Amino acid sequence: MHPYLPHTEADIAAMLHSCGAETLDDLYADVPPSLRLKEPYRLPDAMSEPELERFFACIAHQNHERIIFAGGGFYHHYTPAAVTAMTSRSEFLTAYTPYQPEISQGTLQYIFEYQSMMCSLTGLDVSNASMYDGASATAEAMIMAVAVSRRKRRVLISATVAEAVAQVAATYAFGAGITLEVIPEHAGSTDRESLAQMLGAGDVAGVIVASPNRFGIIEDYSGLADMCHAAKSLLIMNCHASTLGVLRSPAEWGADIACGEAQSLGMPLNYGGPYLGYLCCTKSLMRKMPGRIVGATVDSEGRRAFVLTLQAREQHIRRQKATSNICSNQGIMTLHVAAYLSLMGAEGLRRVNELSYRAAHTLAERLCATGKVRMRYLDSPYLNEFVVETVEPLDADTMLGALDVEGILGGIRLSDNAVLIAATEMCSPADIERYVKTIEKL
Amino acid sequence: MNKRLYSNLIFELSQRGRRGYSLPDYNYACTSMNLPGSLLRAEAPELPEVDEPTVVRHYTNSSNNNFGVDTGFYPLGSCTMKYNPKINEAMVGRCGIANLHPSQSTASVQGALRVYRTLEQYLAEIGGMAEFTLNPFAGAHGEYCGLMVIKAYHLSRGDDARTKVIVPVSAHGTNPASAAMAGFEIVEVECLSDGTVDIDDFRSKLDDAVAAVMLTNPNTVGMFEKNIPQIAEAVHAAGALLYYDGANLNPMLGVARPGDMGFDVMHINLHKTFSTPHGGGGPGAGPVGVRKGLEAFLPNPRVVECADGTLDVADGEYGFGRLGAWLGNFAVYVKALAYILTMGPDGLGKVGPLATLNANYVMHALSDLYLQPIEGPCKHEFVFDGIRDKSTGVTTLNIAKALLDYDFHAPTIYFPLLFHESLMIEPTETESKETLDAFVDVMRKIAVDAVSEPDKVKGAPYTTPVTHPDEDEAALNPIVKFKDL
Repeated sequence: MHPYLPHTEADIAAMLHSCGAETLDDLYADVPPSLRLKEPYRLPDAMSEPELERFFACIAHQNHERIIFAGGGFYHHYTPAAVTAMTSRSEFLTAYTPYQPEISQGTLQYIFEYQSMMCSLTGLDVSNASMYDGASATAEAMIMAVAVSRRKRRVLISATVAEAVAQVAATYAFGAGITLEVIPEHAGSTDRESLAQMLGAGDVAGVIVASPNRFGIIEDYSGLADMCHAAKSLLIMNCHASTLGVLRSPAEWGADIACGEAQSLGMPLNYGGPYLGYLCCTKSLMRKMPGRIVGATVDSEGRRAFVLTLQAREQHIRRQKATSNICSNQGIMTLHVAAYLSLMGAEGLRRVNELSYRAAHTLAERLCATGKVRMRYLDSPYLNEFVVETVEPLDADTMLGALDVEGILGGIRLSDNAVLIAATEMCSPADIERYVKTIEKL
Repeated sequence: MNKRLYSNLIFELSQRGRRGYSLPDYNYACTSMNLPGSLLRAEAPELPEVDEPTVVRHYTNSSNNNFGVDTGFYPLGSCTMKYNPKINEAMVGRCGIANLHPSQSTASVQGALRVYRTLEQYLAEIGGMAEFTLNPFAGAHGEYCGLMVIKAYHLSRGDDARTKVIVPVSAHGTNPASAAMAGFEIVEVECLSDGTVDIDDFRSKLDDAVAAVMLTNPNTVGMFEKNIPQIAEAVHAAGALLYYDGANLNPMLGVARPGDMGFDVMHINLHKTFSTPHGGGGPGAGPVGVRKGLEAFLPNPRVVECADGTLDVADGEYGFGRLGAWLGNFAVYVKALAYILTMGPDGLGKVGPLATLNANYVMHALSDLYLQPIEGPCKHEFVFDGIRDKSTGVTTLNIAKALLDYDFHAPTIYFPLLFHESLMIEPTETESKETLDAFVDVMRKIAVDAVSEPDKVKGAPYTTPVTHPDEDEAALNPIVKFKDL
């Protein structure tokens, strides 16, 4: 028998006997013979653990790590060893949704801590227990805005929101019958005049903007919330979680909903996931929030206890009238955030941002000094990500290709002559030197 | 379980001046951060200040207040809490994906893409489908994806009048919720006394406004929909598509394939059938499969095979859209692929029958004391409608809580909604006869105690880290963060 299957032949015989069956097939008498599998699956024969290790070593051989100077929403920050040690604990990892609070205080407590930390970072009142990723969290925020407004079906999204996020929001909008319109950009920032006109046309339930935006620019959103609220629209801000350690918070900008990708809080890149989408809102919107929420209460002995709460919003109770269909979320990744932010604290998070800022600004200055590239948005403040334009005859493909040969992921190609470059505390001065030297040679 | 030590929140262990981080002190040419004050936050965020040993002890102790599959028997119906093999976790670290960025050239990530493509193909073989996408992040996300594929298919034929989705009253809550998110109107179909679809009611609701019919098979009471060929025929005759909710796929492993049953679109919960850990609520993965003719509508981006045998990532022309920023919960695919490779066709072929054997064994051992509303044999799970003796006042909730004192996780309770006292038990194939016998003994003892000492049963649990948390108070006066305490 297989190591995961405890049944001996004697067990099977005894168990079948107590069920009044003779063979395992008897238990499937209700499956029409025409539907039965006629032969075993056409899959490779079972591998032993040593063979499996060889298989994945072979896979690893076909993956090539780079020195990463790319972001686009996903940043190569350090993962403290203690975080991985905690998220690997099988008492956490092999549990499911904490339906039985009496034996799930571990899970419930770290979700409560996670919620508290996300509320601190965003400045908002309520956080849920996670969404799938930053893009789907933004789509859910859009749906929330429409649900809150009751009748309005228009949502505006800035052209400076990351393309993948906008695409996911567009997909959800199409499904739900929401009209999602793009606010044009001007010089890399949301065009306020266009926004004013679009809001003026009425019927807008929500406005979605990003910080830092898809070009790495930290837009000045002064007055934006007032504009939205005057038009009875909600303001939704998509922010990279790590940057909230230093940048003005969504609450300080006057946002009603904050959402986005929490990968930047030291989650391994893992070629795209699992990451975590966070979603926070003001107290007045709490009952329209999708997903699970953990609350504190007391037990029969007066002890503090944590439970899933406000479940009347959710699909297992409300079915088609639920605020969302979400059931499984990103679970253990909320523990990653709680442990990461516990270790970092406000000071560590500030230092990560400072190091990333200094690395990015050093690289930008050195690159421009080569004369091979120039900053596209010269006067726009940025934290750790910026756009360069190549100076002819250099083009983006040549630039990124040359860096690739040197083992450097030099950025994300935006167009024939534009590259989005990011840096983090993982980029050493020597890495920056290597990047610059490669460009100098072009 | 640890009731006393470190029951504090990490915020309460904070001491100004402590730190748990270790960062480089690089000597960059740019020496300080210089941003306009108007773009910076006024105050630092309120986060704990703690040293590393405190963090580790805090979460380790708190993990002792938790119950997972590795702790003990977890018969949570419809959730397939099977053993999560350790080698699968180890392979995530071994396959070289940890530091791969989504924007890397596809030439530099051929191994990762091979994991993705191979798993797609294996799932297609197991599901009896033509093609899969792995992108959806969870089961409900898979349902949403599948319905959007169906929507795109109908629209591609110029048929925009299909506004309804039929679901049985016994369906998982996610089914109607997903259909609503995809913009459909929900039509519920009744069940017969054996829990299967009422064919007459079903036929009366099937018309040319129906886009899809969503079924799980076996259904949520653990019964196989034996009329599935007739159902599929009727659905297709009406021009609609048949959707398979893969939440209950486990008992079908090695027995039958949804594609052969006539399903057009399906999702699979990798965190159920394919052994990836549930993570206290996630991350899961909900790959979606489609029959031949529907491949073009799968969401973007797709992993595609090139003429030279290499793999690339590209958007399809007719894909309905995008569900997430990249290719989904990638690390989960490594674990599921490792599971399929270590099980092989023989091992996978035993999963369904042994899961079904375990469920029937427990059901038979308890049905004299617990009310079994539906005649067996069941498949991977079954439902009791509380204990037989209804005079005791002992409810399903009481039974669930009493189990906790005996170190068993509770079954799923009060679902499906077909019965007042639903108690839904799914043992899975990775439990031994001894474990099941021990569970049966305790369940029998609880049923006996319910008669002799009903108040004692109603007062359970007694030994857990907390007892009877006040859930009404939690909802009435929500305290959802540390600052609210």
